[in-house]
Amino acid sequence: MILTLTETERQVALAISVAVALCGLALAAAGNQDTMEIHGWLILAFGGICALVVIREIWGPEPPKSRLESYYDEPIKFGIAASMAWAVVAMFVGVWVAALLAFPDLTFDGAWASFGRLRPVHTSGVIFGFGGNALIATSLHVVQRTSRARLPDQLSAWFVLVGYNLFCILAASGYLLGVTQSKEYAEAEWYADIWLVIVWVTYFILYIRTLARRKEPHIYVANWYFMAFILVVAILHSINNLAVPVSLGHAKSYTIWSGVQDAMVQWWYGHNAVAFFLTAGFLGMLYYYLPIRAQRPIFSYRLSILSFWGITFFYMWAGSHHLHYTALPHWVQTLGMTFSVMLLVPSWASAGNALLTLNGAWHRVRDDATLRFMMVAAVFYGISTFEGSFLAIRPVNSLSHYTDWTVGHVHAGALGWVALITFGSLYTLVPSLWKREGMYSPALVEWHFWLSLAGTLVYIFAMWNSGIIQGLMWRTYTEEGTLAYSFLDSLRAMYPYYIARAFGGLLFLIGAVIGAYNMWMTVRAAPAKAPLESDVPLNAAVAAAGRG
Amino acid sequence: MAELFHRKLERTAIGFVLAIIAAASVGGLVEIAPLFTIDETVEEAPDMRLYTPLELAGRNIYVREGCYACHSQMIRTLQDEVERYGPYSLAVESKHDHPMLWGSKRTGPDLARVGGKYSDFWHVAHLTNPRDVVPDSNMPAYPWLARTELRLNDLPLHLKALRAAGVPYTDAMVENAAVDAYDQATPESSTSSGVTERYGEKTQVRVFDDVATQVTEMDALVAYLQVLGRLTDAAYKNTAAPQKPPEPVK
Repeated sequence: MILTLTETERQVALAISVAVALCGLALAAAGNQDTMEIHGWLILAFGGICALVVIREIWGPEPPKSRLESYYDEPIKFGIAASMAWAVVAMFVGVWVAALLAFPDLTFDGAWASFGRLRPVHTSGVIFGFGGNALIATSLHVVQRTSRARLPDQLSAWFVLVGYNLFCILAASGYLLGVTQSKEYAEAEWYADIWLVIVWVTYFILYIRTLARRKEPHIYVANWYFMAFILVVAILHSINNLAVPVSLGHAKSYTIWSGVQDAMVQWWYGHNAVAFFLTAGFLGMLYYYLPIRAQRPIFSYRLSILSFWGITFFYMWAGSHHLHYTALPHWVQTLGMTFSVMLLVPSWASAGNALLTLNGAWHRVRDDATLRFMMVAAVFYGISTFEGSFLAIRPVNSLSHYTDWTVGHVHAGALGWVALITFGSLYTLVPSLWKREGMYSPALVEWHFWLSLAGTLVYIFAMWNSGIIQGLMWRTYTEEGTLAYSFLDSLRAMYPYYIARAFGGLLFLIGAVIGAYNMWMTVRAAPAKAPLESDVPLNAAVAAAGRG
Repeated sequence: MAELFHRKLERTAIGFVLAIIAAASVGGLVEIAPLFTIDETVEEAPDMRLYTPLELAGRNIYVREGCYACHSQMIRTLQDEVERYGPYSLAVESKHDHPMLWGSKRTGPDLARVGGKYSDFWHVAHLTNPRDVVPDSNMPAYPWLARTELRLNDLPLHLKALRAAGVPYTDAMVENAAVDAYDQATPESSTSSGVTERYGEKTQVRVFDDVATQVTEMDALVAYLQVLGRLTDAAYKNTAAPQKPPEPVK
């Protein structure tokens, strides 16, 4: 990987690695007595390993000029590998925390293994580790192809991906140590947050520079979504994470927001992390890989425009539906509810656009499990956005909020939509990126598909049942007008569903392990195939035509 | 015509970027900015107290262990919630909470008004092994809390950081934070009147974990749990259905 960097880039990479290592050393020294010390050593080790990797090949031959006639895909391969590694780890932790709810003593008597510390490892691991790596990798693949331009340099993409994984490692290891801001889906502490800002700004600049080099006059719709993902996540992250550290030697910080304002900022962030991380970014994937795999153009350009701007505008109002009947002023709740319901229009426009694109390709959906992954993802996208709008209606929310129904809803989106579209995209991408004829085993892709679907269905049905039962038990009155059930009665009723949910999650995990194995074997053992002649930047294509 | 405009927009990356920022900013601005300017957003509560350093340390343990993942601290304005947990939560009650811990899931019950509902002894037993007290509970056990000494020496820095974030801790509170935390859990110590002087007569000063020889994380967490819902009586008085605040159990 280092040999694809130019000499100057290698020197810069070394300098950055050493700088990171030194920052780690400084934090370790300042963080005497604090968990910060452990993270300081971890950052030092990370920077040190990066420096060693660079040094090993720093005096190797300069990459040939002809590299500019092809796309730069090396970091994308790293991103895919990281994504699948995080998927396996974080989904395993997911099954574990699910089991902890039914069997609370599976903690080995360790503080790090209790539910409260493991849960954010699962959520951040799947959202940021699995989802984020997949998004960065596919976005860099898509932007090059749809712009017919190579990335402007070799180093930026590596910095973004490797740096991003340092953030993920700091976040996940921090939770195990008890380092957390307690803001859901933004638990990582201040130093990790600052690091993510640096990585993210680099990512944005890289993306814009690549677009600026495009040989196509129009920016393709997938890139709109990736741009919205990058930009809005940057805004959300920076504002929600504003905090005062206890000291430079303390991992702990206090958010500058408090009480009701903090609640609103947090759920403005939280809901739009769903919108722009888990929706916009993955719609970017959908808009590129689904038509490629189906070999059909997107059904409607106008619907794409409508749904893109609808999602970008409406979603940002919806966060307050997480705070119905709370101390948040009523008018904000009402706005959140209204916009959440309106969101159904652009959401279903996207889902419909995807499904209608498949018209004329349904025989491929039948025969090709990869395309089926994407089709079912679009269906789940439709289902979970409908469910989302429904749950945001205030009286419905009075029943569903605080219950497992919310958890079921999130997983309908996260498993059914986000994970399935990612697997479909990766199964499309991996063979083409590594120049293979196809996946190592199409049969294993089928297995993965059916395990994922079965796992998702078991999971969400279990959570619908438990959530609705829980909500109803809490509000049931006896004929004498007293509450009919104690809280404990409602907990007792949950145990069968908690076991069923863990089983559903286990099926999904097994599928992901099979997928990771299949991809690994594709890279190692699938028969090679000459790359498509058209899969090169336009300058190279023109040069080839000139030679011909 | 609209399509024509969009055809132009999607030919310029910077224009597209600006359009995204503009479209995405409106919702947040309209919903969040007024929360800082409209006075009715947060009620007045002159009797509102601040967390003592010990309670704050307990709160940080609550955060560290991720208790908020299963326990809310927000009683909604619904009849069954008010009957189950007590008066619905007011915004002022979490006015000084950085961060708020309203939560989003009740795998266990709401804790907004748990302060004073159970004895210290019950809390210690429950945290050490929940199934000793509630056989069907699925809460994790936290036996190490009672074994782990509480870190006191950096508490002044914590109060200082909170002051920077807007909590009105005085210089004396910041200076004495470590001593105050020790004293609140060690009533025999000679300086313990300092805590009540600085944080109010209602401050609960006692040995929370039943071991007077050292201040543990268990002391801090129980002190925090026992003050939940007790920082102000506003929720009992200034509402549609006033009630008498309950007498706490010790």
